[in-house]
Amino acid sequence: MTYLRRYWPIGAVAVLAFLPYAGISVPGVFDGPLNSPGTLQLLALCLLFGGLATGYDLLFGRTGLLSFGHALFVALGAYGADVLIGKAGLPLAVAAPAAILLGTTVAAAVGAIALRVTGIAFAMVTLAFAQVGAILAARDAWGLTGGDEGLALDVSGLPSGLVGVVNTYKLYWVSLAYLVIVMIVVRRTVSSPTGRVLAGLRDDERRVGVLGLNPYAFKLFAFVLAGALAAAGGVVHLLLVQGADPKIAGSELTLSLLVMVVLGGPGTRYGPLLGGVLYTYLDYRLTHVAGGLPGPLKQPLFVLGVVFILAVYFFPGGIAQLRLTALRRAVG
Amino acid sequence: MSTIVLLAVTGLGLSALYFLIASGLSLVFGLADVLNFAHGWFLTVGAYAAYWATPKVGFAGGVAAGVLAGAVVAALVELVMIRPLYQRTIAQVLVTVGLSLAGVALFQALFSPDARAFPSPKWTQQVVDLLGARVPVKSLLLIAGAVVVLAALLAFLRWTRYGLIIRAGVENREMVTALGIDVRKAFTLVFAIGGAAAGLAGALSGVYFESVTPTGGASLLIFAFIVVVIGGMGSITGSAVAAVAVGLLQQFVNYYGSAGAGDVCAVALLAIVLLARRQTRQA
Repeated sequence: MTYLRRYWPIGAVAVLAFLPYAGISVPGVFDGPLNSPGTLQLLALCLLFGGLATGYDLLFGRTGLLSFGHALFVALGAYGADVLIGKAGLPLAVAAPAAILLGTTVAAAVGAIALRVTGIAFAMVTLAFAQVGAILAARDAWGLTGGDEGLALDVSGLPSGLVGVVNTYKLYWVSLAYLVIVMIVVRRTVSSPTGRVLAGLRDDERRVGVLGLNPYAFKLFAFVLAGALAAAGGVVHLLLVQGADPKIAGSELTLSLLVMVVLGGPGTRYGPLLGGVLYTYLDYRLTHVAGGLPGPLKQPLFVLGVVFILAVYFFPGGIAQLRLTALRRAVG
Repeated sequence: MSTIVLLAVTGLGLSALYFLIASGLSLVFGLADVLNFAHGWFLTVGAYAAYWATPKVGFAGGVAAGVLAGAVVAALVELVMIRPLYQRTIAQVLVTVGLSLAGVALFQALFSPDARAFPSPKWTQQVVDLLGARVPVKSLLLIAGAVVVLAALLAFLRWTRYGLIIRAGVENREMVTALGIDVRKAFTLVFAIGGAAAGLAGALSGVYFESVTPTGGASLLIFAFIVVVIGGMGSITGSAVAAVAVGLLQQFVNYYGSAGAGDVCAVALLAIVLLARRQTRQA
């Protein structure tokens, strides 16, 4: 039993890794069989956003920092790698680490300024900085970003195994690998002494200060680490959709991540992952099945926004908490 | 010279829009500690109300409808959505985030995501001579609207009993509550006033951009946030000064630099102000 509790995540990852070999159809849930490129693409996006939400939760749920600027770092990863591959002709193996480094550096600079204010003002300032990214992306800054149409990925710079619909299953593995890395990094961080300081900052910042620790330095650490994870997610997103467009830089992406985390359960181990997977799946499926629905129900964002508002009132702990309460009720 | 006058007037027109949104945001933030993400949506509500009412009751009636719609929606949002989450500040912010997402999607479903031409009267589309420059009337209309709102707000805050409660509440909410005054009534009032100003901004933005879109409020909201932070949370005059600075800076840099550079400069100004300011109010 303890073995099961301890090692089930490895089993889960193994099952997920073997999905591309499973030709099972799940009618009503996915359009094609599990190993069809369309389904794998959707699953890969779900895993990617599960990872992005988990990284965002390092700020929101673990440290209590309400950042509205997370999209900036995702966009730096995506656009950075895109430009380095397409315009500078670098191979992916160089472009990806460089883009992640770029995102991390900018996260350090933005965090250093934004963390001078706290609480709601911090949220506003991060939003303002992210807006610069969105403006630059949409206005085709320096002729690099391709403006509103976005910038298609120059596939000649990629290893041939990552190109084309037949190779979707490899991109799915890339997403899965990203998710696993994020889960491990976040898990390691929150269970380390640093993680306990972060939890302390979330609960009562003054107390951490009184203990002689510097809250600013710890918050900056969390901000930079989350920025690096976001930039890596941006690179994966670039590979998955074979391009970058201004949507990935917009504030709506950050708001979606926030919604995913709150729906799933902020500060829990698997909550943000569940929220990210569920949100992405619903966002995609509602667009496809909603044609027959009346009025505003056609708009996935309307449905998701309303569900989100209800979640804030009725299950503030998110899905993860809901499951625990249901379990406790069933057991006790 | 005439270019400078023209840029100054159009820049101030933009400042006026920012101020109309920022004033409500700033008061709500100062008093209730709520970062109201749905505030941009109040503007959209006002814009569509004015768009709908203007052909029926004329331009002045349309503007009044926009103001009224903004005030009513804002007051309802405070009563139904914000108040039950009293003292759960983050949860209050979250429901306004949800409302801003769902609200925009609602308008996209009801009116299509595309821009609709605003039925502005002919006289607003003309230009007048000012110091040798031919400036658009609509910019002057916006500036006049913002000045009237600024004067009315300052008079209200200074000389009425509720204004006194709001000013004291922005300074120290706990103290006002301890004196036996129900601050929550003031919250609803401030939301309604902010919503009315946002509704006016919505109607006038229809004239300014000559169209209404479901996402128009959200894009203006971000610059209003910048204005609120630069001006100091809860300060109406601060918001006015910051709005003028941001609007003018944006207009001039966008004209003399490349497109979009002005928007980036507005954010740079925010960074400079934050770095220069020794102590910010702890939120």
